[in-house]
Amino acid sequence: VTAEVVVLGAGPAGANAAIAAAGTGAAVVLIDEGRAAGGQVWRAKGPAILAAPSTPESAAGDALRARLAASGIDVLAGARAWHIERTGDVWTLHVEQDDSWRSVAGRALVIAAGAREEVTPVPGWTLPGVIGLAGATALMKEHLAVPPGPVVVAGAGPLVFFAASEIRRLGGELALVATANRRADWLAAAPDLAATPALALRGAGWIAGLRAAGVPVLWGHAVAGVDGVDGVEGVRLVPPGGGPGRRVAARSLCYGGRLVPNAEAAALAGLPLRYDATAGGWAPKVGEDGATTQPGLFVCGDGAGVRGAVAAVTGGTLAGLAAAAHAGRAGAADLRDLRVRHARAVRFGARMAELASAATVDTALTTSATILCRCEGVTAAAALAEAADGAGGLLSLKSGTRLGMGPCGGRFCLGAAARLIEAARGLPPGSLRPPTPRPPLRPVPISALAASFAYEDLPMPKPAPL
Amino acid sequence: MSPAPHIRRVPPVRFTFAGRAVEGHPGESVGVALMRAGVTVLGKGPGDGGPRGMFCGMGLCQECLVQVAGRRVEACRLAVAEGLVVEPLGPLP
Repeated sequence: VTAEVVVLGAGPAGANAAIAAAGTGAAVVLIDEGRAAGGQVWRAKGPAILAAPSTPESAAGDALRARLAASGIDVLAGARAWHIERTGDVWTLHVEQDDSWRSVAGRALVIAAGAREEVTPVPGWTLPGVIGLAGATALMKEHLAVPPGPVVVAGAGPLVFFAASEIRRLGGELALVATANRRADWLAAAPDLAATPALALRGAGWIAGLRAAGVPVLWGHAVAGVDGVDGVEGVRLVPPGGGPGRRVAARSLCYGGRLVPNAEAAALAGLPLRYDATAGGWAPKVGEDGATTQPGLFVCGDGAGVRGAVAAVTGGTLAGLAAAAHAGRAGAADLRDLRVRHARAVRFGARMAELASAATVDTALTTSATILCRCEGVTAAAALAEAADGAGGLLSLKSGTRLGMGPCGGRFCLGAAARLIEAARGLPPGSLRPPTPRPPLRPVPISALAASFAYEDLPMPKPAPL
Repeated sequence: MSPAPHIRRVPPVRFTFAGRAVEGHPGESVGVALMRAGVTVLGKGPGDGGPRGMFCGMGLCQECLVQVAGRRVEACRLAVAEGLVVEPLGPLP
């Protein structure tokens, strides 16, 4: 497939980038591993749902999907990009879809890979019944299904209250809601939140609704551990820095962390990453309208720094227009108003990200016996011993312990390992760089890469004479 | 759990996980159908050999990997279908 603009990621940023680029007349291909566009925040209801009440998220997602359907954009859904290459002025994505392999090339590439959740590893976080808060939210949006109750919802930022409210609306049973934020954190953020009063009011409504329903809300607490044998039986919560905590009986824990940019695709495309705590951690350096240090490569949305869905829409639109202009399509007349709106959305999103970053890690909660790397079963003690034994960075930690070398690609342990080692050495966060990204970006079945063949047809050299 | 109001689903069908019959709605994910049925242990962790289940819910963590006809697939991305035979990757803990 050849296009003028290729967009990776069909969340609010990528889908709006694609729509904006297509609006200039450019031929656009939009790639996403989800079944339908919308990303995690506007995830579409699954085909098993015949009817359900509309929510602001489902309405926003449906509107986006309707605009996409009317746009003439070639949407590759359920497609996983596993490698990115640039040859001259052409960008090529290698994509696995339905167990087969294809490449998609374009003059301009927009990466809108979104964000993922990074939680603090604590004892018991590997037990079945512990689900990432962002993942639980996505399951509720797609399947309208709630985890078995009683459920503890813990994390920081607005997502905690949104997810808890959704569990209640969908008929789930809440045991308790815990946020690492203190009430004072929310009050301090109020002036910036007032920039988008509708969203601020919704947030206040979630909290009020939970309180009215008698759901206990525990401010200034983080998960210290999860108890259970075959699954979750109880959740232990403590105030940051220690102190007397409490234990709550539960069958499920929706465990939130901080949102971090999915920067692997951008790094694989050749962009240097820099650490910006206010943007969620390691992210590519991005200029105006998503421009990067690579010609024809644009990055937008949470993957360029976590700023939320509203900023993803404006940032995606700007990046899509810039990508189309790079591909030779006449640009939009006046972008000043859009850039002003984007700046306002970024300010709100930055405040939300700051609240959510309170879940960043109390490294003290990760005890030495805690499993850091879920894929390879590497404990915190093993990682710290390797670091003390001379592993300077994450690359040598990987080769020494196999931490981060499993099928998730280190997405759930490398950040936590970095912070543990940084804390042990008295270094600030962001001192240890993420390892060099390598393809595949996602696990790809070999069968999708190798063409089918008959064994007899393989060229076999004659054995060497003895 | 009280049933949520105003939600209608495609009538359920049966599939199996580790030989056990489970009901799910066609098109929803196997991971969600198993969660509703109270089946949360999907595999065994390396190292500690402890029970593992669906964690990230969005195809990233690979903790909910199961197999269908010998092919590995995430339970959170696998659609329920009538008669689908789903097996864990190895013996459950």
